[in-house]
Amino acid sequence: MSPLIKIEEPGLHTTIQDTGRYGMQQYGVVPSGPMDPFAFRIANLLAGNAPDEAAIEITMVGPSVRFLENCVIAITGANLSPTVDGRKVPVWGSLYVKKGQELQFGKPKHGVRAYLAIAGGIQTQKVLHSRATYTKAELGGLKGQPLETGDELPGRTLPDTELSKRKGKLLSESLRPYYQSHHMVRIIPDEQESYFTKEALQTFYTHSFKVTPQSDRMGYRLQGQQIAHKQEAEILSEAVAFGSIQVPADGAPIILMADRQTTGGYPKIGTIITHDLWKVAQLMPGHTLSFQRSSVEEGHLWHEYETNLLKKLSVSIQQK
Amino acid sequence: MYPLISPLGDRAVRLTFGNRLTEKANDSVQAAYFRLNHSELPYISEMVPGYVTLTVYYDPLKVPAYNKMLHQLKNAAKAGQPLENDFSQKRHLILPVYYGGNKGPDLEEVARWNSLETEEVIKRHTRATYRVYMMGFAPGFPYLGELDETLATPRRKTPRKKVPSGSVGIAGPQTGVYSVDSPGGWQIIGHTPVRLFDAGKEEPVLIKAGDLISFKSVNEQEYEDIFHECEKGIYRPSIESKEE
Repeated sequence: MSPLIKIEEPGLHTTIQDTGRYGMQQYGVVPSGPMDPFAFRIANLLAGNAPDEAAIEITMVGPSVRFLENCVIAITGANLSPTVDGRKVPVWGSLYVKKGQELQFGKPKHGVRAYLAIAGGIQTQKVLHSRATYTKAELGGLKGQPLETGDELPGRTLPDTELSKRKGKLLSESLRPYYQSHHMVRIIPDEQESYFTKEALQTFYTHSFKVTPQSDRMGYRLQGQQIAHKQEAEILSEAVAFGSIQVPADGAPIILMADRQTTGGYPKIGTIITHDLWKVAQLMPGHTLSFQRSSVEEGHLWHEYETNLLKKLSVSIQQK
Repeated sequence: MYPLISPLGDRAVRLTFGNRLTEKANDSVQAAYFRLNHSELPYISEMVPGYVTLTVYYDPLKVPAYNKMLHQLKNAAKAGQPLENDFSQKRHLILPVYYGGNKGPDLEEVARWNSLETEEVIKRHTRATYRVYMMGFAPGFPYLGELDETLATPRRKTPRKKVPSGSVGIAGPQTGVYSVDSPGGWQIIGHTPVRLFDAGKEEPVLIKAGDLISFKSVNEQEYEDIFHECEKGIYRPSIESKEE
């Protein structure tokens, strides 16, 4: 293991993430992991990695990264105008970079979160079986914090023969998600929707809600028509999920995201289907969301579709 | 009619064992957790006990059919089936606490609010046994059973930017221990040198849902000694098994 990349400029909020620190939610340890699980998985696929290798999550303002060895990298997710030594490079593709070259990002064009995977994966030390960064409890990543200037990230140095097999992969245009300024997401209603008035439920499913600047890896606070409770606006604390939407007494919904607390005490109106989480993760403050009733069955169908797609992609990438 | 079962998105279901916080409902949660842990149902990925709920996270790709899963979970969790003996044995942990001084800057405020001497606050805080209903909020943080009502004190008007882990506090009718450094508005009455969460350990979390907790007042010298033993990783808090 040797240092593969060096952070020259950290960007806005750049963290190391893997698929997450699962299995310890009962002790209050949140999984963390990528905000946009789909773009994260594709980044690893394109770099020829196992799906659970650690990669870098980039938010809005990208970092400047110096390569300390020859590498293959893959960039997916938001289009933050990446360049290598000033030359434009593709998003949703893998490319070969030489020792000494510098990757930079520019103007955000579409989406908010980009993923940078490196062939061989980032090999920082695991904390509780995961490399995912959780800043609030200082777990994972490097010292549990977002990346800083001067940080060097260890990885596997691969021979050029291996790197040349992994470079130049591109995800077909038809499979790339479109990041828009408005998204509709599907909701599995929670039995706690009985805490809300009939009118509130109707409002929730027929109006758009704006993403406020108080939105981060922990959760998205929404602004819009008030979602009124019948009476009680609190429940006995219990577990929540990635994508659960809880509504505190002020009537403004909060979508719980990758760094959510494991438990919550506000009634939940529903939970977003897993397949639609990327839509939320890629919205900027000021963008809008609307909600549509869905079902567990539909959520499972889309999950299966996505799993099969990733399997097929994995096979075709290895064959090419 | 209990447990009720309902979806929490497409990768978890919630089993509900009551609509009010009672020890009985929480016992059912603990028992269901124990049973499902031994059920070897292949699709369960993890479980989180709440006050009156047990949330079961599952892998949708391993689920036979959704309705069949609901049926299996409900049956496996149902009360009435015999349990192995060790479930009725509760662990009772005793946490040493240094009360007051700069480790417990709000002890006097809690005493003043309740018109008590500080010694009396310590006496009442240490004489109770608190049940751990659930874990959450932060890594290793226990939700404890009720505080002696004569100690209830509102939160601080201005929350502190950083409360060190190990701080023992009171917020309204609740008492608890900060498991990691975090901002917070609880009235801090003391500090335990024992770590509730240590990411470097094989077993990173000291307390588990279903445990019983008591606090024991220690003097400065004892506190320092235990603190150094904790630093070296050789301190073992006193744990008793208690027949329920």
